[in-house]
Amino acid sequence: MEADRYHRALAELLMQLADDDLVVATRAGEWLGLAPHLEEDVAFSSIAQDEMGHAATYFGLLAAVQGGDRDDLAHLRPAMARRNSVMLERPNGPGTYREAPHFDWAYALARHFLYDMLERVRLDRVVQSAHRPLADAAAKIRREERYHTQHHAMWLRDIARSGPQYAGRLQLALDRAAADAADLASAGPMAVEMEALGLLPDASHLADDWRAHVVLALDPLGWSLPPLGGALNGRHGEHTQDLTRMLRDLGEVYRSSPGASW
Amino acid sequence: MVAAAAPREPRARQVVAALAQVMDPEMPGVSIAALGMVHAVEVERDHVHITLLPTFVGCPALDVMRANVVSQVSRATGLVPDAIMVEYSAAVPWTSDRVAPSCHRALLSRGIAPPPPAADSIMTEMPHVACPWCGSADTVSEGVFGPTACRSLYYCRACRNPFEAMKPV
Repeated sequence: MEADRYHRALAELLMQLADDDLVVATRAGEWLGLAPHLEEDVAFSSIAQDEMGHAATYFGLLAAVQGGDRDDLAHLRPAMARRNSVMLERPNGPGTYREAPHFDWAYALARHFLYDMLERVRLDRVVQSAHRPLADAAAKIRREERYHTQHHAMWLRDIARSGPQYAGRLQLALDRAAADAADLASAGPMAVEMEALGLLPDASHLADDWRAHVVLALDPLGWSLPPLGGALNGRHGEHTQDLTRMLRDLGEVYRSSPGASW
Repeated sequence: MVAAAAPREPRARQVVAALAQVMDPEMPGVSIAALGMVHAVEVERDHVHITLLPTFVGCPALDVMRANVVSQVSRATGLVPDAIMVEYSAAVPWTSDRVAPSCHRALLSRGIAPPPPAADSIMTEMPHVACPWCGSADTVSEGVFGPTACRSLYYCRACRNPFEAMKPV
C-alpha cells in the first residue's frame, strides 16, 4: 500500500512537471517568426527549446517509473489525463500560429514570467526530492532556468521604463493570466503525500513562496498580482478546449505513423 | 570503471583518444571531451559504455553527438557500433567550469569568448567578458540567447564587432 502511494504521488508530480513544460514550450514555440524583433525571436525560441528539453527529461523519468514510452506519454494522453496548469494552455492571443496570428506579446510575457517564478520555487524543492533521478535532473534544469528568469526580468524592467501606456498593457496582461492561475502553484490532489514522502519537500508552502517571489519582482516596477481565478483545475485533469486543440496539432505528425522511429 | 582522464588499459586509451576527435557539431574544432562532456568510460571485453553529460538538456545536437561518438569509437576500437553504448546522464550536472583550458583557446580562435566562472547564485546581469577578437573589455551584452543554447550575444565597442560567448552555467 505504502509503495503504491509513493508510486502514485511520484507519477502525479512528474506529470505536473512534464505537462507544464510541454504546454508552455508549445505556446512559446508558436512565437517563432512572430516575436517583436529578431533577437527576441531567437531568445523566445531558445527558451521554448529549453522547456521542451525539460519536458522530455521529465517524460523520460515518468516512463522509467510507470513504464511506457516517453513520446507516447507526451503525445498520446488525452487532455483529461494532463496535469498542466490551465493558464499555460491558453492561446497566445487571437488566431492561431498558422492562420492570422494576432498574438499578444504582453500576455505571453506575463504568463511566462508567472510560470518562471513557479519553476524557481518548485525546482528549489525538487532538487531535494527523495526520488534521486528527479533531484539530479532538477539540479541541471535549475541552472538553465536562471537565464529565463533573467530574460523576463529584462523585459519587465524595459516595459516599466517605457511609460504608462505600455506599463498599463502589461498589468492588463497580468490580470488576464492570473484569471486562469488558481491551479498554477498547486501541487494537486496528492500534495500532502508528496510532502510527507519527501517527493516535493515543503509542498504546502509552494503557493505562498510563489506569490512572494512574484510580488517581490512586480512591486518595485509598479505592478500588482491580481486575485487568482479559474473554474477549472488542471492538476485534477480539468482543461479547456484550447488544450485539446493544441494536443491535436502537436501530436498530428506523431500519430500519423504510430511506432515510427523519428 | 575507468576514469576518463587517466586510462591505463589500451582499449580505454583508444576510446578516450577517439572521444577527443568527436567535435561539437555546432562548434567545429571543439571536441566534446574538451568541453567536459565525458563523464565516464567503462570498457568491458566486448563492449564499451560511455556516459556523457549534456551541456543543455534540450540541446538538439545531442543525438548527432551520440551517433558521432558511436562511429568514432567503433573505428578506433574495431568494435561493432552495437557494442558501443552511449548514455546521457544528469547524475552530475554539466557546468561550464568543466570546459578545459585548451578548449578556451580553441573557442577564442573561433571568435567565441570562453565561459567566465559559473556562479551558483541566481545572476541578475550577464557577466562581463572580453572581446575574443581584440581583447578589449569594452563590451556589452546584446542578448542572453544566441545561435545555440550554450551561447549568448555580445558587441565589442572597441573593434565594433559582434561576438558570441559561452554562457556560464
